[in-house]
Amino acid sequence: MGSRYLFGLLAIRKIIGEKTMCGIAGLIHRGKSSNVGQELQGMLQALKHRGEDSTGYALYGDTDGQNFIMRFKVGENVGEGSSSVMEDVSVYDERKKIVDSYISQMGAKIVKEERTLPYSLRYEIDYDKGDLLEFSQKIESIPGVEILSMGKSLEVIKDLGNAKAVCDRYNLGDLVGTHAIGHARMATESGVDIKSAHPFWGYPFSDVSVVHNGQLTNYWNNRRILENKGMRFMSECDSELIAVYLAEKMRNGATLEEGMKDSLSGLDGVFTYFVATKNSLGMAKDTMAAKPLVLYESDDLVAMGSEEIAIRSVLPHEIDTYDPFDGEVKVWQI
Amino acid sequence: MANLKTTEKKTKAQSMGLHTEVLTGKTQQKFFNPDEAENFYYWGTYDVDFNKRTELDVNDMDCKEANKKIDELMSQGYGTIVIKNPQGKHSLGVGILNKLNLIFEGSLGYFGVGSIDGPTVRVNGRVGWSCAENMMAGKVVIEKNAGSCFGAAVRGGDLICKGSVGARTGIDQKGGTIIIGGDAGAFTGFMMQRGRIVVLGNVGINLGDSMYDGTIYVGGKIGSYGSDAIESPMTKSDIDWLKRKLKVAEIGENFDVSKMTKVVAGKKLWNYDALEPTEKKGAI
Repeated sequence: MGSRYLFGLLAIRKIIGEKTMCGIAGLIHRGKSSNVGQELQGMLQALKHRGEDSTGYALYGDTDGQNFIMRFKVGENVGEGSSSVMEDVSVYDERKKIVDSYISQMGAKIVKEERTLPYSLRYEIDYDKGDLLEFSQKIESIPGVEILSMGKSLEVIKDLGNAKAVCDRYNLGDLVGTHAIGHARMATESGVDIKSAHPFWGYPFSDVSVVHNGQLTNYWNNRRILENKGMRFMSECDSELIAVYLAEKMRNGATLEEGMKDSLSGLDGVFTYFVATKNSLGMAKDTMAAKPLVLYESDDLVAMGSEEIAIRSVLPHEIDTYDPFDGEVKVWQI
Repeated sequence: MANLKTTEKKTKAQSMGLHTEVLTGKTQQKFFNPDEAENFYYWGTYDVDFNKRTELDVNDMDCKEANKKIDELMSQGYGTIVIKNPQGKHSLGVGILNKLNLIFEGSLGYFGVGSIDGPTVRVNGRVGWSCAENMMAGKVVIEKNAGSCFGAAVRGGDLICKGSVGARTGIDQKGGTIIIGGDAGAFTGFMMQRGRIVVLGNVGINLGDSMYDGTIYVGGKIGSYGSDAIESPMTKSDIDWLKRKLKVAEIGENFDVSKMTKVVAGKKLWNYDALEPTEKKGAI
């Protein structure tokens, strides 16, 4: 066997090994808005070789801040590759009717309604009580209904397929905002479905979302503890634990950054994750630095991703990038 | 030594000195013979002219196309190749086994210039994970930062990063020298077996964890030592070597190497042979 052929095989083995992982990307514009939907699509599409089972976006758009935006699903995408069970579309309609009635019962009013796909909806809701826990529990008591996100700026859109397919399906290319995080998923720990796809909403906190690359090994221990404290899990995806973990810390008075620093010891396994709020974007890397992250930072833009090619899709000129070190936590404000 | 251009595949490996298992259950080995060095042909290599220079824009190429194009240019005798717009692509410049001046005008992604044996590479940008993995010989200079696993399993040559590097630099290193101008992350020198790592800045936790042999020099603070790694006194030969190496690497001018911390393996593995492969060749 020729040595060049052998080296080629080694390189292929390496790339295949790297493919068994997900990819994450995020960016935040400081002091201005931009076309974050299109930018994040480009970043995630550059990472599609890390996983195309599903792709998710958490976009923080420019809104008037008056109404809550609720993204929710009344069923699963049962297309090719899905691990979900086929349901009749009439079931979706029944669930939607119940959601509408519950919203009314909670004293909220639907200001605007969009049904992008039979199973995926976007509502703008006038709800001034502000208790999202009670509201969400009521809505999600309907079997088959899950709130993907709720906030005055955040919109979580996730579905099966690569970044471009999801972006086109939901018309995300025109969305203008300040920051965004996203995830290209290769399903390893749970099913190929929307409920297991990232980003995860930091339920029940308004405008909090999380994406994660890695594996958490103390998922069930933490899940049992957090469920006993009244926290909610919608999937069996280990990454959801991060969102719930941070939400529980913040519920008890911790700041986002404090919760993230605490997670370095509270979460076991290998991880790099991003978390975003209405005004900020943060990253955390485990103490083994086992998962990749490349970071670009300037006065007006921070862009980061699992690979440099993701950043290159928004910054094609030569820039200075670096890998954050082990156990590093960083948070940027808009 | 047989002419490898005309020999069958099954005998090529033996002729190149690689170990070959035969089905009879008996192991046959043939090693490099210095007396036949003039007739030795390194398969997959080219005679190039360093004064013959060209540029290659890889903006619209994937890594496979770009590497094939580099191979073609070497076969035409180009000895200095400038790669434009690498754009963070993975696996660029891998498997080059001959002398070559290779210059990247931009940053590389994962596995850049892996499995090389001889070229002089300069990257005017950053490199991603596992740069120069399995490098046998040559010199690689990175002008900016590098990702994790920088110089994983290198067997020889000089690997220099003028900026900072991520975690596990020199993991499984089996020879050669890795020099870092800035800081290095956790697990630097993890399971290293031979060779030297020089870090002018700080290093993270678990320095030299599970190292078999080799030497690590640190100019800044050490996060913590890993299992089996211990401090050792600096000698005059260490200082002389560091001064000479940093000068050749064009890095750390005016750096006081005498104040560096020297870290070695604290345990001796049973029946472990620390002799460098190049030293073995010299002993034949």
